[in-house]
Amino acid sequence: MVDTASVVIVGAGHSGFQTAKSLRDSGFTGPVTVLNGDAEAPYQRPPLSKAYLTGKSGFDDLRFAAQEFYARMDITLRNGVRAETINPAGRTLGLSDGTILPYGHLVLATGTKPRELTVPGSDADGVVGLRSVADADDIAARLETSRNVVVIGAGFIGLEFVSVAVAKGHTPVVLEFAPRILGRAASEPVSEYFLSHYRQQGVDFRLGTAVERIETIDGKAVAVVDSKGTRHPADLVVVGIGVLPETSLAEQAGLTIDNGIFVDEFLGTSDPHISAVGDCCSYPSTTAGRVVRLESVQNATDHGRCVAAKIVGTPRPYMELPWFWSDQGTKKLQIAGLNFGSDQQVIRGDLGGGKFSVFMYNDGELVAVDSVDRPMDHMSARRLMAAKVPLSPQDAGDPDFDLKAFALKARTAAATGA
Amino acid sequence: MLKVKLDQDKCVSGGQCVFAAPEVFDQRDEDGVAVLLREDVPAELVDGVREAADICPALAITLQEN
Repeated sequence: MVDTASVVIVGAGHSGFQTAKSLRDSGFTGPVTVLNGDAEAPYQRPPLSKAYLTGKSGFDDLRFAAQEFYARMDITLRNGVRAETINPAGRTLGLSDGTILPYGHLVLATGTKPRELTVPGSDADGVVGLRSVADADDIAARLETSRNVVVIGAGFIGLEFVSVAVAKGHTPVVLEFAPRILGRAASEPVSEYFLSHYRQQGVDFRLGTAVERIETIDGKAVAVVDSKGTRHPADLVVVGIGVLPETSLAEQAGLTIDNGIFVDEFLGTSDPHISAVGDCCSYPSTTAGRVVRLESVQNATDHGRCVAAKIVGTPRPYMELPWFWSDQGTKKLQIAGLNFGSDQQVIRGDLGGGKFSVFMYNDGELVAVDSVDRPMDHMSARRLMAAKVPLSPQDAGDPDFDLKAFALKARTAAATGA
Repeated sequence: MLKVKLDQDKCVSGGQCVFAAPEVFDQRDEDGVAVLLREDVPAELVDGVREAADICPALAITLQEN
């Protein structure tokens, strides 16, 4: 039984915010405190590399809620205050303002921190990451004056930035250590499609290529030298080489760590009074049949709802189907499910025309679907996978097969138990 | 009556609202952006619409009590 005297949430990203909101939505009446290490009121990070960076949306659009929301929901929001230590035996937190805060149940929503570049010159002016709204503002300003842009890392964030840079007239050089772009997130056909898509717009991809050093003059970046010895002039170097789970607080408390704060299917850590949610935790995924740690809005918010249900006394194991999205300029990449290896891929749609889905099967079972500008394939895939309704590879690849109608019918049947 | 508003500029085509309240939300086939089928929410659809607002990954749905 969870002690519901008071709940303290460390972190105010999607998972922390959702946990607080869902506690109140579920009728929790005890004190709820959110420790937001950021001086800004809680905001959404995903748009920072998308609509916010292009200038399409402003900072007010990023906020989870207006200030009055926290008062109305009786959520104590403490901006600019970090938890520095946990005393698990006494169930207290040591805070950055020097005070001690007791908790009945503690929810760690500490998120991730960017993997840092360590080559010579990494700390030069002009070498930037994209994590906070301040980073995004800095990059947006530098894009106006930069002449030569180099991007290190071709994952979601790196490529979202590339799409923005291209739209502003730049032709960046992109260094990617792996043999293909988006290698960790997407299937080969999607990687190949976006490689060709961006190359046509003048982007210079160097695959299987790492960064060796950054040349500087007077502390400012002037060039990136890659592992093959090529020198790329650069006055703006954007680093997107992935993130690491923020586990330092959990480690200090002696919690079990396994590529993140390890939790059970109810999101409980190895301490019964501490849970962990979102990007910072690894958990046994029923979808994948293995322990995973995911970085996504879906994962973060569904975790928040799941942990809130446990705290109010209606626990249910976490079983949500993972899904992801990325805005690549005007193209939308959507992913349903998790691909940890597939033995069959079926293409649906128009691969060359940039409107297609890749249905991935393993041992005859549909495990993941990548969609580029095929939102209805994505929705259908989520419906089918969530309801565990099989879709044959023949049907998936048949342009005359009405996938949307099939998925709608499957979902209705599952919902009514028919 | 509850009124629902949808900000299509914020929408990320996640389709969550369509799962939660298909009588009130649909999606454009070409880009997945949500469309509102009705602004006024009758009593029997209120729970679904509240859920839609809660699970929207982009916070693009707002509710107005009248």
